Amino acid sequence: MKKLSARRRHPLAAVVVLLFALAVTGGLYAAFAPADKAKAEDTAQSLAIEEGKKLYSVGCASCHGTGGQGSSDGPSLVGVGAAAVDFQVRTGRMPLQQQGAQAPSKKAMYSQAETDQLAAYIASLGAGPSVPTKGQYNPDGADIAKGGELFRTNCAQCHNFTGKGGALSNGKFAPSLEGVEPKHIYEAMQTGPQNMPSFPDTTMPEKNKKDIIAYLGAVNSDKSENPGGLELGGLGPVSEGLFAWIFGLGALIAVAIWVAARTAKAKKS
Amino acid sequence: MSTESSNRKAPAGERVADWADGRLGIYGLAKANMRKIFPDHWSFMLGEVCLYSFIIIILTGVYLTLFFHPSMQEVTYHGSYVPMQGMKMSDAFQSTLHISFDVRGGLLIRQIHHWGALIFLAGMFVHMMRVFFTGAFRKPREINWLFGFLLFVLGMFTGFTGYSLPDDLLSGTGVRFMEGAILSVPIIGTYISMFLFGGEFPGSDFVPRFFSIHVLLLPGIMLGLLVAHLILVFYHKHTQFPGPGRTNKNVVGMPLLPVYMAKAGGFFFLVFGVIAAIAAIATINPIWAIGPYRPDQVSTGAQPDWYMGFSEGLIRVMPGWEINLWGHTLVLGVFIPLMIIFPLVLASIAVYPFIESWVTGDKREHHLLDRPRNAPTRTAFGAAWISWYFVLLVGGGNDLWATHFHLSINAITWFVRIGFFVVPVLVFIATRRICLGLQRRDRDKVLHGRESGIIKRLPHGEFVEVHEPLSQEQLHTLTAHDQPKPLEAGPEVDENGVERKIGRTTKLRVKLSKGFYGEGTQIPKPTAEEYEEITSGHGHH
Repeated sequence: MKKLSARRRHPLAAVVVLLFALAVTGGLYAAFAPADKAKAEDTAQSLAIEEGKKLYSVGCASCHGTGGQGSSDGPSLVGVGAAAVDFQVRTGRMPLQQQGAQAPSKKAMYSQAETDQLAAYIASLGAGPSVPTKGQYNPDGADIAKGGELFRTNCAQCHNFTGKGGALSNGKFAPSLEGVEPKHIYEAMQTGPQNMPSFPDTTMPEKNKKDIIAYLGAVNSDKSENPGGLELGGLGPVSEGLFAWIFGLGALIAVAIWVAARTAKAKKS
Repeated sequence: MSTESSNRKAPAGERVADWADGRLGIYGLAKANMRKIFPDHWSFMLGEVCLYSFIIIILTGVYLTLFFHPSMQEVTYHGSYVPMQGMKMSDAFQSTLHISFDVRGGLLIRQIHHWGALIFLAGMFVHMMRVFFTGAFRKPREINWLFGFLLFVLGMFTGFTGYSLPDDLLSGTGVRFMEGAILSVPIIGTYISMFLFGGEFPGSDFVPRFFSIHVLLLPGIMLGLLVAHLILVFYHKHTQFPGPGRTNKNVVGMPLLPVYMAKAGGFFFLVFGVIAAIAAIATINPIWAIGPYRPDQVSTGAQPDWYMGFSEGLIRVMPGWEINLWGHTLVLGVFIPLMIIFPLVLASIAVYPFIESWVTGDKREHHLLDRPRNAPTRTAFGAAWISWYFVLLVGGGNDLWATHFHLSINAITWFVRIGFFVVPVLVFIATRRICLGLQRRDRDKVLHGRESGIIKRLPHGEFVEVHEPLSQEQLHTLTAHDQPKPLEAGPEVDENGVERKIGRTTKLRVKLSKGFYGEGTQIPKPTAEEYEEITSGHGHH
């Protein structure tokens, strides 16, 4: 000990103590830190968030702000959740082509993998609905009649009887639901994109959402039947009236002209 | 009769006819009417389109009544349309689903019935336009114009009560709309509504009541009016377009038998065929997609059939004005469009013949039709009315205009609000100018002949187009119309120099008459002297 105490004023003593303290702290950290496996997952998640943030900075930050806090050109994305990102980006509504009354659906700009990364980043900003699993939105075995009733009670006001779409104020609109994937219908109900109110599980349970998806699959998809013939857009009396005038009366007038032209006229010599 | 013929046994047909003549007097009827002459023009067959589609609607309607239950009793659906199974609905809705999916030919008959109704109304509309623009409503046919007008209006309401019967979500919204219109009437509105629906809307009475009105009351009245309409057509004889040999006192055409019987019979089947083909091709009123009516549900795109569309337009563009007085609300936003303007739009059709004859002072009989260009003011009024109606139809479909043309629904609504007042005026002015332009062209044709398309080079190098003179028939057709003079109020003073009193109505009438026939409303038609002068001697110039 004498040796140690004799060198305690050695110029390098402070360095040795510092190294020792660092080693202890590091060792303690190594001993108490979470297990290896968890560490690996965390890396993947943080990698997705990292990548998502990069994509976000390039494609979204100009309107939604550098940290998703929103700006005068776009709303805050804190707390909208992964489901909202998946819906908006995968239906091509985001990124926006130009400012307007409403973002229309178009070709998706990001792949599913990229969308997932974006969704991970946005979800990391604040808690929100996550992307539904197939088991949540798969309509197999759901009650179509119940779905129809729910649709007419909650959705038809804007989307029309069978989801053909309709107009809202000042150029906004409720889009047609023809050919929309069940996942996206579910996400839309869950998150309430743009002008649509949201129907969280507290007001519309998962089972009812499935019923609605099943109803739309029955009446407004490429599998739905039209027992009466041409559907004429499914828009009701306006398109029927146009059809009656143009093709109905049009054909009858053509026939009348044809009949009138064939008469027992005395031949002019 | 020779003894020889009296001994032979008459053929069966003759004996049947003899038997019937003894009881019904058919020989006399046939003699008077079999050789009745009708003029030939395709536009004279528009009325036939209406007649035949009306018959088709009655035939298919009878079939539908065999299966339809006019009842609001609540039932649970167990039919063959899967997306509705297990749903509660009224018996009326269920029986309509039954007709559509489980009755043989039911859906086709339903669609023929409904398409037939749309075409019937469209046919009446166009038929009325033909009668209007050719001036066929003038004396002695004013009453028949009114009969036709009533048929159109009753047709509208028969259609309305008809498409309300299935008790589906779309038509239920329409019935609610009508209830709103009734309720907006001050004082008596509530009572009428309670009386009509047997209590609060919707109740369980309106389907059976609408059923009686739809299958019995209105068609019965329409059938009576239709017969009267046809009898008057026979009695007045048909009008004809001017042409050589055609005067106000004759009818040039073909006899009813055999020519028109054959044509009309064939035309009936053609009309039936066209309507059936359309019904087989295109869906109408797919109640299975629309769902049963529930007062707590509503859908976007809820419009009435086209003939009620202008009322939808009126209500959609009207600002929601209301007045609150002594605890009562006067809903002007509904009352003005549906209880004042709606009848006004229709009544303006009914009264036009009387207004025109009063303004122009024309009490003569007219059996020769006007070409629309030769009555510019009337043609302009008609076109203005149609544009008015069309603007309202745009208002009625404002949501579909918005979604299909990527417009703002608010902008369309404002267009309709302004257009309601402005568009008819612009159309009036434009139509009158177009008519005058066509009159000038007629005048030019009469005086200078038809452009032949042949270019001739004159000896001094000038190129001219050769104009061919018109035939005598064409000249007659283009100049047969008369050009009435506006009314005069008469001299300011009578023969004794005393100031004559001219009533206010007379002054108004004279002013309106000037608007009809005064300066700038006609291009003077070429006179014989002008024609002589131009055609005599020096060629085409």
